[in-house]
Amino acid sequence: MRIMYYLWLRQIKRYFRSKSRIVGAIGQPLLFLLALGYGLGSVYKAAGQGNYLQFLVPGIMAQTVLFSSMFYGAMIIFDRQFGFLKETIVAPVSRLKIMLGGAIGGATTAVMQGLLVFIISLALGFRPYNWAMASISIIFLSALALSITAFSSGIGSFVQDMQGFQAINQFLVFPLYFLSGALYPLTHVPTWLKIIAEINPISYTVDALRWSMLGTSRFGIIHDCIALAITLIVLIVFGALRFRHIEA
Amino acid sequence: MIEASHLTKKFGNFTAVNDISFKVEAGELFALLGPNGAGKSTTIKMLTTLLKPTSGKLKLNDYDVAKQQDLTRKSFGIVFQDPSVDNDLTAYENMQLHAVMYNVPRKETDSRIKELLTLVELWDRRDHLVKTFSGGMKRRLEIARGLLHHPKVLFLDEPTLGLDTQTRNLLWGYVGNLAKEKDMTVLFTTHYLDEAEANANRIAIIDHGKLLVIGTAAELMKQTKTNTLEKAYLDLTGKELRDEEVSPHEVWRSRQRSRNMR
Repeated sequence: MRIMYYLWLRQIKRYFRSKSRIVGAIGQPLLFLLALGYGLGSVYKAAGQGNYLQFLVPGIMAQTVLFSSMFYGAMIIFDRQFGFLKETIVAPVSRLKIMLGGAIGGATTAVMQGLLVFIISLALGFRPYNWAMASISIIFLSALALSITAFSSGIGSFVQDMQGFQAINQFLVFPLYFLSGALYPLTHVPTWLKIIAEINPISYTVDALRWSMLGTSRFGIIHDCIALAITLIVLIVFGALRFRHIEA
Repeated sequence: MIEASHLTKKFGNFTAVNDISFKVEAGELFALLGPNGAGKSTTIKMLTTLLKPTSGKLKLNDYDVAKQQDLTRKSFGIVFQDPSVDNDLTAYENMQLHAVMYNVPRKETDSRIKELLTLVELWDRRDHLVKTFSGGMKRRLEIARGLLHHPKVLFLDEPTLGLDTQTRNLLWGYVGNLAKEKDMTVLFTTHYLDEAEANANRIAIIDHGKLLVIGTAAELMKQTKTNTLEKAYLDLTGKELRDEEVSPHEVWRSRQRSRNMR
């Protein structure tokens, strides 16, 4: 436990020491909130769907956590390039502890980024329908964060450079995000899009966040929780298995 | 303390280490010499569990390196050829993380860190981020870190590369003392033959993955009928220059490096 705590602490310290990372990771969601929230808000309202910013914020929080968590895999690649990875993998510590300690640390910082976006959203006029319920969303954000940091540690263990890592981001994570219903309601979309959204774990995260913050849910919170739990387990197993074969 | 028998490592068709056998006794300072690409680093990687041998047996501190990885890992410290410290942590935090990973008793951690950082003259800089350190300072930190868990065996892969004379002097003085006092075994590689001659009890020269000769500096000179270790070395390995034969493992690394430089 002590080892995992210190590996977690390492991520937290590095996060707070990198102001540019905190600010940089806020830029993209802020842009989405402003450009989409205000840009599409009136169209959305005219279509009779209500307040678009309210609808959008849970999606943008999921986005922030998703991409911050993916960034954790890039940190493993940096650790390899700067040599620190060697120090951890010649140590008499099980790979599982190294992987989990770091991934939990990465997930913690990703959730902090998500909460930062939540605060910004409040300033822009977002209001959760019930504060007590809204606080539950931390659980969903954490589940998403840990799933993705575990996934990205698996990716970081066999992808050797940033280019390869970016390719996975572009061809897997971006599509998953854009096809998840984070940005638009899934009620009137074509069937193919609906099917993709329904097998996409990000959809369920976004849906669970909307349930806790807006009180509306498409799939039902039970389904959301099951989907999140399965995703979490599968991706931790994936990450742990890949990380076992990591080479410096 | 270290025992390699018929150690072989192949990367595809390329044999990086070819049927090497040697023994290093406890408390011995043992130098592994050879031109670039001779197989020195590959040998160290196998001894330190970073690579699995294709065939052959390795024992370290009486543990089977392939089968008892964790016990082996507890027994050695290593200073890598390339830096391996976390630049975004302070010197102290790097040491602390190492102490935790190697299960150094909590009560002793602070005093050991203080002793070692003082020794490598970094105690005053303990709370500075490592990214503000020069290459030599990072190397000193790595040496201090490698010694933190009181390893039975210390591996030093070209430890003095790029260090000034003062630091080299300090390093060898300290390592020599530790070997004597704590009966620590040291296996090191270097391209500076004077360093090997001055510090190693015995020297092994490898080339093209094969062990050419093993013995004291005097024995090597006698065997080659030369009067300096450098002449003996050149007599054994030849004078032609080597293009480092890269293992598949190193290919992406060098790519990585050139990418980083761009």
